[in-house]
Amino acid sequence: MTEVPISWYLTLSAILFALGVAGFLFRRSIITVFMSIELMLNAVNLSFITFSYQFKQVNGHLFAFFVMVVAAAEAAVGLAIILNIFKNRATLNIDEIDSMKN
Amino acid sequence: MQLWLIPLLPLAGFAINGLFGRRFSKGLVNVFAIGSVVLSFAWVLKTIAGLGDLNTAYVEHYFTWIQSGPFTINWDFAVDRLTAVMLLVVTGIGSLIHIYSIGYMAHEHGPHHGGYYRFFAYLNLFMFFMLTLVLAANFLVLFVGWEGVGLCSYLLIGFYFDKKFATDAGNKAFIVNRIGDFGFSLAMFYIVKTFASLDFSTVFAKAAGAPESTLTLIGLLLMVGAAGKSAQIPLYVWLPDAMAGPTPVSALIHAATMVTAGVYMTARSFPIYTHAPVAMEVIAVIGIATAFFAATIGITQNDIKKVFAYSTVSQLGYMFVGVGVGAFSAGIYHLVTHAFFKALLFLGAGSVIHSLSGEQDLRNMGGLRSKIPWTFWTMVCAWVAISGIPPFAGFFSKDAILLAAYHYAPWIYWLGTLTAGITAFYVSRAMFLAFFGSYRGHEHHIHESPAVMMVPLTILGLLSLVGGYLFKIPVFLGSLFPALEESEDFTLMAISVAAGLLGILIAYMMYVAKPGMADSLAASLKGLYTLVYNKYFVDEIYGAAVVSPVVNGSRAVLWKGVDVEVIDGAANGIASRAQDVGSVLRRLQSGNIRSYAAWVLFGSVMVIVALGMAGGFR
Amino acid sequence: MDIFLFLLFAIIAVVAAINVVVQTHPISSAVSLIGVMGSLAVLYLLLGAEFLAAAQVIVYAGAIMVLFVFVIMLLNAGAEAKRGRSLMVQLLGVPLLVALLGLLAYFVQRLFPQGVTVHFGGFTGGTAEAVGRALFTSYVLPFEVTSLLILIAIIGAIVLARKELD
Repeated sequence: MTEVPISWYLTLSAILFALGVAGFLFRRSIITVFMSIELMLNAVNLSFITFSYQFKQVNGHLFAFFVMVVAAAEAAVGLAIILNIFKNRATLNIDEIDSMKN
Repeated sequence: MQLWLIPLLPLAGFAINGLFGRRFSKGLVNVFAIGSVVLSFAWVLKTIAGLGDLNTAYVEHYFTWIQSGPFTINWDFAVDRLTAVMLLVVTGIGSLIHIYSIGYMAHEHGPHHGGYYRFFAYLNLFMFFMLTLVLAANFLVLFVGWEGVGLCSYLLIGFYFDKKFATDAGNKAFIVNRIGDFGFSLAMFYIVKTFASLDFSTVFAKAAGAPESTLTLIGLLLMVGAAGKSAQIPLYVWLPDAMAGPTPVSALIHAATMVTAGVYMTARSFPIYTHAPVAMEVIAVIGIATAFFAATIGITQNDIKKVFAYSTVSQLGYMFVGVGVGAFSAGIYHLVTHAFFKALLFLGAGSVIHSLSGEQDLRNMGGLRSKIPWTFWTMVCAWVAISGIPPFAGFFSKDAILLAAYHYAPWIYWLGTLTAGITAFYVSRAMFLAFFGSYRGHEHHIHESPAVMMVPLTILGLLSLVGGYLFKIPVFLGSLFPALEESEDFTLMAISVAAGLLGILIAYMMYVAKPGMADSLAASLKGLYTLVYNKYFVDEIYGAAVVSPVVNGSRAVLWKGVDVEVIDGAANGIASRAQDVGSVLRRLQSGNIRSYAAWVLFGSVMVIVALGMAGGFR
Repeated sequence: MDIFLFLLFAIIAVVAAINVVVQTHPISSAVSLIGVMGSLAVLYLLLGAEFLAAAQVIVYAGAIMVLFVFVIMLLNAGAEAKRGRSLMVQLLGVPLLVALLGLLAYFVQRLFPQGVTVHFGGFTGGTAEAVGRALFTSYVLPFEVTSLLILIAIIGAIVLARKELD
């Protein structure tokens, strides 16, 4: 059984995080942008759990757990906000939601 | 012995009247204001009776005020014989003047109907600070009282704050006192530097061992402070203007107590002065110069309060002569007797002004002797006392000072005797103009003042008559101060008494026997008269030499230059730079979420790079 | 076996993640994201995090993604419009992304020695018992605060959703 270097896990985490950032930057649909955020959170969770393995401690798991909880809460509120935006503006295009400027 | 009660009672009176007096009736204000001061007087009597012979100072420690390394300043009160004398004078005369004020201020509503309680609150606050000053066991606590009485003096001079001359006079008193207080502060710094302490006991115990030049410098700086507070040349100019305050204030603060604080402080610091003969000589010269100078101005003044104000300056000069020639106890003796007769003169003048409904000009008085006889007779007591007629109060103290002065330097004695004659002359002039001859004013409803004013006048009158004989201050303080060679010299005594009598006689000649003589004399000596009448133009000289350069310099340099250009320029410059930066940065706020995200990413990359550089890119 | 499983699910995760980003229709992205999360759950198991693997499947792939899909269906969201652009993103997006990934990979390779490896069963501290013990002892305060956070989220969601009723 060949073993996996720990850096591979972290590199995977970095790749997933970068893909999440790419989704956030290049997608215009607000729902996809939101999913990209979830992707970034998942990437970070992977890092936490990998570190937890490296140090043989459970603390990393707990951080990942709390991230999950926060992500769940965020999803509930965020999707409710998206619903409202769609009701008020009839668009899901993030470039058309620029009321912070005007 | 609970010394703290002595100043705290008036403070309580101040707090109650100051906070709630607006809603009180005048009677209730009286209860707290007069009650607190009379209780304080009673407590002083009880304390002094309980402290035995007081040959050594009795000290009470309350708390550590300032501690910095080995340097400690405690909030201590101490009583020795000198303090006991001052306590009795301050609370005793203070009580009488408080009682007198009930009558004098009875018609006072003042601006915004707050005058009555405000007056008594300030007066009580003054008592608190004056008693703190007197009880202090170190220079800094004394300085607290010193500044506090200055504040109260300012507040009470400007009591009629809707009148411009009153507020101007208050400002003048405050600012001139600042100059003196600056000297006092420097003296304290120098004392700390030299003795590493401000406690009287420590400093005075070490004073003998310090170099004479240091002590001379400290003594002269202390004298600057004393000159400010006690209105000596060159800082006397505020006291005549201070008469803008109500007359009881003039009596209490600007005649009997506060202005003598400088004399008290100088006498208190005698261990420093006895080792600094140059400083003492300066004090004596300043004292006699002030005494003579102010007395001559007093001759020509027409405002009855101004006459007595210059008289106060002059008499304070006498006290400094006493301190300066080494007769500390004589200086304090004169302080006490002067408190009696000068407070009486002011209160009597107040009674005259009160009965004439505010008239202060001597030219509009005359013949009041029969109309307000009680006031007249009490003022006669003060008259004979200040003129140095034996065996009344002023004679003893003035004689003690002049005798010591003769042993120190005869010219001071001769000038002092001449001043005594002038003093007798101008007080007699005021008396003759006010009470003799025929009435020249317009007020028809002339009435004697109420009993509440007459009782303090009578008590002070009795004290002026027998106070000098009754309270032998030099004997009481003999153990405290270094002894002087005592020699009763009847010739010198007779000369000074003769000078006083001569002054009265000339005044009688000029103002009663031949009423036109004064005017013709003034006309024939027109130049000299104008000079003296205008107080030697000292105010104008100060105005040209000090005030206008400061005002114009402030206007041109500090306002137009420093304030507008530098400070405002800096503030506006920062604002407009911020505006410039903002006008660039606001382009960043596009409202586009994705470009914000790109900026966040940019920032994250920069942070990672920075962290990597900090770690050296291992 | 370990390296085989890792590579298999890592490739699935990366491919699915790329699909999340490149698909124009939100529902495709959502399904791909479920794939990422599922494969991550397997990787969690390999790392000994059995509790979190289960939670990942239940909470993320189950609850949260169902919520996403539900919203997409509710809004009837179609393929995204091509309108709008951001100069900043067009100019700097790709270089910054490459820089980020490069830096992260560089530091990972530098900071984590190749000798440290992962094998299945190398860490058994991730059981439900171990996580629960830590959660209710040393992490009890954050745990309780989290409950407050969820309460606030519930209230917030209700308030936001109620607005469309009136």
